[in-house]
Amino acid sequence: MESLSFEEAFEQLEAAVSALQDGQMPLEEALRHYEEGMKLAHYCNELLQQAELRVQQLSVDDNGVLIVRPFELS
Amino acid sequence: MFAYQAPPVLSVSVLARYLKELLETDDLLHNVWVQGEISGCRTYASGHCYFTLKDAEAQLPCVFFKHARQRSAAPQLRDGMAIAANGSISLYERDGKLQLYVESVELIGEGALFLRFEQLKARLSAEGLFEPERKRPIPEQPAVVGLVTSPDGAALRDMLRVLRTRYPLVQVILSPTLVQGSEAPAAIVAAIDRLNEHGEADVIIVARGGGSIEELWAFNEEVVARAIARSRIPVISGVGHETDFTIADFVADYRASTPTAAATKAVPDIADLQAELDEKQQVLTAILDEKLERLKERLERATYDLQRASPKNVLNQRRQQLDDLTEMLHTRISHLLSLRAERLRGQALRLHSLSPLLTIARGYAVVRRESDQAVITGPQQVQPGEQLTIQVRDGSIPVQVRPSHHSTVPEE
Repeated sequence: MESLSFEEAFEQLEAAVSALQDGQMPLEEALRHYEEGMKLAHYCNELLQQAELRVQQLSVDDNGVLIVRPFELS
Repeated sequence: MFAYQAPPVLSVSVLARYLKELLETDDLLHNVWVQGEISGCRTYASGHCYFTLKDAEAQLPCVFFKHARQRSAAPQLRDGMAIAANGSISLYERDGKLQLYVESVELIGEGALFLRFEQLKARLSAEGLFEPERKRPIPEQPAVVGLVTSPDGAALRDMLRVLRTRYPLVQVILSPTLVQGSEAPAAIVAAIDRLNEHGEADVIIVARGGGSIEELWAFNEEVVARAIARSRIPVISGVGHETDFTIADFVADYRASTPTAAATKAVPDIADLQAELDEKQQVLTAILDEKLERLKERLERATYDLQRASPKNVLNQRRQQLDDLTEMLHTRISHLLSLRAERLRGQALRLHSLSPLLTIARGYAVVRRESDQAVITGPQQVQPGEQLTIQVRDGSIPVQVRPSHHSTVPEE
């Protein structure tokens, strides 16, 4: 889970919720989805609290190759 | 010596006609272009339009007759417009006023830009570039936002501030560009194309802070419009202030009124997300709770069914049935008995009502012969000295018949 982006984790959380909404699911599987969903929600919350805006700048070198480098506001 | 010759004295109208001829035969004044700003513009019901053309140091009255306006398909003139007017200079004799008789006008500066704007807008619109069906949805949670703007502008600062506050999760890729001047259009196009080539941005914001129409003009260029239209990544425009509309705004997938508004549109609010996360957790718990509740209900029902089917239960049931039957038997019997008792009491009552004892009770008496207990109803039935019994309510009185009783009327 540590490697998931916020968007991916959020998407999986939504999937867990809708999976759990399927009434026919065996209990064991439902519990698994529940735990997974709760973990994802906590993970998303953590990401939100720790996030810091990352800004990069896109440019091209003389050979027309794209370069991405950190951008600092002057 | 020479003789003094007095100068000729002219009438006003002669002089005016002279001046008029002078002006109208001058090659330059006959067909001249004059540039200036319109003021005091009035159009009368006749369709003739009067205004003054002026610059910083001078002014020139102008007349634009209806037929000339129609012939030259002139745009609607308004105060403040910068125009170049073509026509001839002449004198209006009645007022002694020198004026320009306008044949045609051309908008310059803002007016000309406006006209170009309208023409390009009409052309691109006819091409279908502004159609709502072309608009791509703006992703709700972009991982990467591309910014096409000046690296030194207030717009960049504003947008970064909004992005940092609302959604610091997002990664920003600045594709720097000039945003005004003659090289700006090509630079903006290159910056948009570059982000598409890089390919990581989920949404692009094309932005510039407020400025005059000339300063914003790059965003009205066709090349910029086409770069936005061909971008594979959805584009949000945020150019100028709320009231500014550029061609880029019409082509963009979403038009935001300012750079700040564009950044706000591009990303969700972290506070909303947090609320949504909380809600999702609640939903998860609620669903699981409900599921468990349903399972518990089913378990209870199964237990109940099981108990009902058990042999012990059958035995109990039989025992109960036995009890019920016994009880019924008892009820029946006691009912029958009480019915009988009731009948008996009825008969007894009838018997009682017929009993002579009742008559005696009211003070009458019954007389019997002692020897055979026969009831005496007449004097001839008894012999003197015979023993009788008088039965009264509370008992019987023994008596003897006197010797001389043989009369129906008692002796006195």
